[in-house]
Amino acid sequence: MNDLWIVIIGMGLGSFGLRFLFLGLVGDRAMPDWLLRHLRYTAVAVMPALVAPLVVWPTATGGETDPLRLTAAAAALIVGYVWKSLYGAVGAGAAVMIAGAWLPF
Amino acid sequence: MDGQQVMSSYWRGVRNALPFLFVVGPFAMLFGVVATEAGLSLFETLMFSVVVIAGAAQFTAVQLMNENAPTVVVLISALAVNLRMAMYSASITPHLGPLPLWKRGLVAYFLVDQTYAASVIDFEARPNQTVAQKFAFFMGVVTPICPPWYLFTLFGAWVGESVPSEMGLDFVLPIAFIALFAPALRTGAHRAAAVVAAVMALLFAFLPYNLGLMVGALAGMMTGAEVERRAGMQADRRPGA
Repeated sequence: MNDLWIVIIGMGLGSFGLRFLFLGLVGDRAMPDWLLRHLRYTAVAVMPALVAPLVVWPTATGGETDPLRLTAAAAALIVGYVWKSLYGAVGAGAAVMIAGAWLPF
Repeated sequence: MDGQQVMSSYWRGVRNALPFLFVVGPFAMLFGVVATEAGLSLFETLMFSVVVIAGAAQFTAVQLMNENAPTVVVLISALAVNLRMAMYSASITPHLGPLPLWKRGLVAYFLVDQTYAASVIDFEARPNQTVAQKFAFFMGVVTPICPPWYLFTLFGAWVGESVPSEMGLDFVLPIAFIALFAPALRTGAHRAAAVVAAVMALLFAFLPYNLGLMVGALAGMMTGAEVERRAGMQADRRPGA
């Protein structure tokens, strides 16, 4: 599987390049306010954008919307938002998934 | 530089990141299982996690290779999934940019979703830390996240097919990400950014190469920045929920 090693090494170099882009090239030079203002919202923009399609069209169900996974996601979101707790959010989401796996609805 | 303070930053990082062990463990195992099922050897699976160290991109690559996609398409898609790493790099540069080059290289290698999120949230909550303290905190966060990523990948590859798929392990990833960002939605600007990003990612999910993620993320960031600009200096002092 030579193609596999091309993928592994290519992805390794590419990923490192992306991660090093600003840290390595910008360093401690000052960045403009408008850029910093955008960067403050990177985490709360990327993660919901990453998660939303996975929640609405889960891969495990072949892309079909699943009430159980919607409920689990909502539980994690509400608990995490209201109580500001990562443990609580993971627990709430996991509890719904586990309940769904064992309870015959 | 006060070594005591630096060490306490390191251990605070370890403590803050410890919950991620329960996220990284199953996720890494899942990758090990999926990769061996796709025909990769133990060594190849482990090297994938060590060299690339990016969960979502690794899953994307293995899935596409399974579908016999051309190598170029595999690389482009996986790196598109990882474009957000450039945003993380930019976002963490104001905090860790003054470090010497080799330390920045080290940070870049370990800059993944979880290490970035845990660090940037702490750096913003405690802006008075020195660069040495921030670096120590980051390496503290790395400790329970990255070495376990390698180990659990290997473990998952060994376990192979014995993990039952009906356990809903696929949903570990979305739940983990939600748990990460939900507590950070503390201002109207943050909430607006999250909602717009999610909606736009859904609307543009039809785009190839995960570009919907990039559209959603950029739209969310622009929304957050604009809401903050309009709210003036008040934005960060508004009480959360």
